[in-house]
Amino acid sequence: MEQVLFRHNHPDRMVSLEEYRLEGGFEAWAKAVRAMSPDEVQQAVIDSGLRGRGGAGFPTGKKWSFVPRDLPGPRYLICNCDEMEPGTYKDRVLLEKNPYLLVEGMALAAYALQVNHAFIFIRRGYEQAAHNLRQAIDEARRAGLLGSNILAGGFSLELDLHQSAGRYICGEETALMNALEGLRANPRAKPPFPAIKGLWGQPTVVNNVETLANIPAIIERGPAWWKGLAAIPEAAGTKLFCISGHVQKTECIELPLGITLGEIIDGPCGGMRPGSSFKACIPGGASTPYFTSDHWQVAMDFDAVAKAGSRLGTGGIVVFDQNTCMVGATLNLIRFFARESCGWCTPCREGLPFVQHILERIEDGLGRPEDIDILREHVQRLNYAFCALAPGAMGPVEGLLRLFGDELDEHIAKGKCPFKGSRSH
Amino acid sequence: MIPEPLKTELQSSIAHAVTRREAAVGVMKRLQSHYGWMTDEAVTEAAELLGLSPLQVEELATFYEMIYRRPVGPKVIHVCDSISCWSMGGETLLQQLEHHLEISAGGTTGDGAVTLLPCSCLGNCGNAPAIMIGEQLHGPITVQQALDLVGRR
Repeated sequence: MEQVLFRHNHPDRMVSLEEYRLEGGFEAWAKAVRAMSPDEVQQAVIDSGLRGRGGAGFPTGKKWSFVPRDLPGPRYLICNCDEMEPGTYKDRVLLEKNPYLLVEGMALAAYALQVNHAFIFIRRGYEQAAHNLRQAIDEARRAGLLGSNILAGGFSLELDLHQSAGRYICGEETALMNALEGLRANPRAKPPFPAIKGLWGQPTVVNNVETLANIPAIIERGPAWWKGLAAIPEAAGTKLFCISGHVQKTECIELPLGITLGEIIDGPCGGMRPGSSFKACIPGGASTPYFTSDHWQVAMDFDAVAKAGSRLGTGGIVVFDQNTCMVGATLNLIRFFARESCGWCTPCREGLPFVQHILERIEDGLGRPEDIDILREHVQRLNYAFCALAPGAMGPVEGLLRLFGDELDEHIAKGKCPFKGSRSH
Repeated sequence: MIPEPLKTELQSSIAHAVTRREAAVGVMKRLQSHYGWMTDEAVTEAAELLGLSPLQVEELATFYEMIYRRPVGPKVIHVCDSISCWSMGGETLLQQLEHHLEISAGGTTGDGAVTLLPCSCLGNCGNAPAIMIGEQLHGPITVQQALDLVGRR
């Protein structure tokens, strides 16, 4: 299976700049800055079919094309490495193994957008990844791959690293821009969209780490080759899936987009742990509705997963076995989102704790039959929140109602959690 | 009062920024590592350096999970309480740590040495249950290993 993101990886350490360059690293950058126009780079990304890897899956080249070329003043590129979605750790692994790939991808994106100042916004707790990135940026600058008049092509780029102090909302692109500006990280109203009015009011593109890290391969090997890495014709490229929960191997793996859920779990995950059988999983990070064994054959690509009632999200797959209480799992997820609500809008600030309270009541054996309707109503109501946090938070609740209605009913009818004591730890 | 070399370091990071307040989170983190937590004095000093009011710094300091506006011990154990760790026994780990350290989550041991804080996903989901001590990620971890790491076995 061909890999582009983990191609240069060593099992126990970060690749060196020398090794990366010997294996073709920064050749795409040299090619672009010397022999391609910014529009040609953007067109290659459009042709590749690359979609954002941070969760929303928006076509990357299209996002770039929204930036007006004729506005005066600076424009900015931000790499979103605020990887705070529970169950997701791909960007950390990628940066711990090979930060040069992101530096090269950002250089290419900045060139396409004619950005001279780009930022990497990295979450709290990713100290090793941040350390590796600082090293990669310094080395690239010394090698003349960043800085002014890069490779004598006339283009200049500075990369700055921002380390956050930890809030989930900072991953929302407009909240991220506020965080970067040193403001409280509440989301901003859209429109105006960041492509028109973003960081410090200037045109800004925000892309995820994995998205940007794919660009060198698209430029080096061509969009058609890159697109063909996927397992199905509708999909494009590879995806970093990060696995956790009750399977044998819980690792971050690069696989063709469009591979089925069952192939991932039975293949690279090595199947379930001894004594465990598959009950359900979160397919794409904490804000995505559950999949069950009915979804075993679903192709893990944006459209196919959406068609099956969930979202590919970040590719963070959390697997649950037969002893897992899905009310308890959903309660855990809602507690996270209620705590991480930034408090800016009422539906999210007040609604999520209310939903949490109802789930707590059900889990504690105090649920009432009408609670089901209240939950169902709130899946709809929280769509009125200011940003995507609250609707995302309700994804697992929607999945719980749709797929595990019997389990909810059993909690309420028996007046207790039927799974209490079913797990040894 | 912060030592002169630290002040110079912070002023140079502020000078590098596009606007002064762009450096706000970095300045707070650096002052926190100097004082051990974000003291009232640190809030005032950050405000002066950044050209903000203390209240403007306060609204940032209280926003972020890793800025402590109350004293913490020199060793802070962050126990991930998000979904992957939950599925692998994170709740039990936290309860055992509370029991052995004789404190509740959020508290600091009587000698002031160790603070125990539940926290949001550490991005170490493949190594669940995961904790972070200071800025170092660990996992999968048992209660005994965690206690060893803070010298509390």
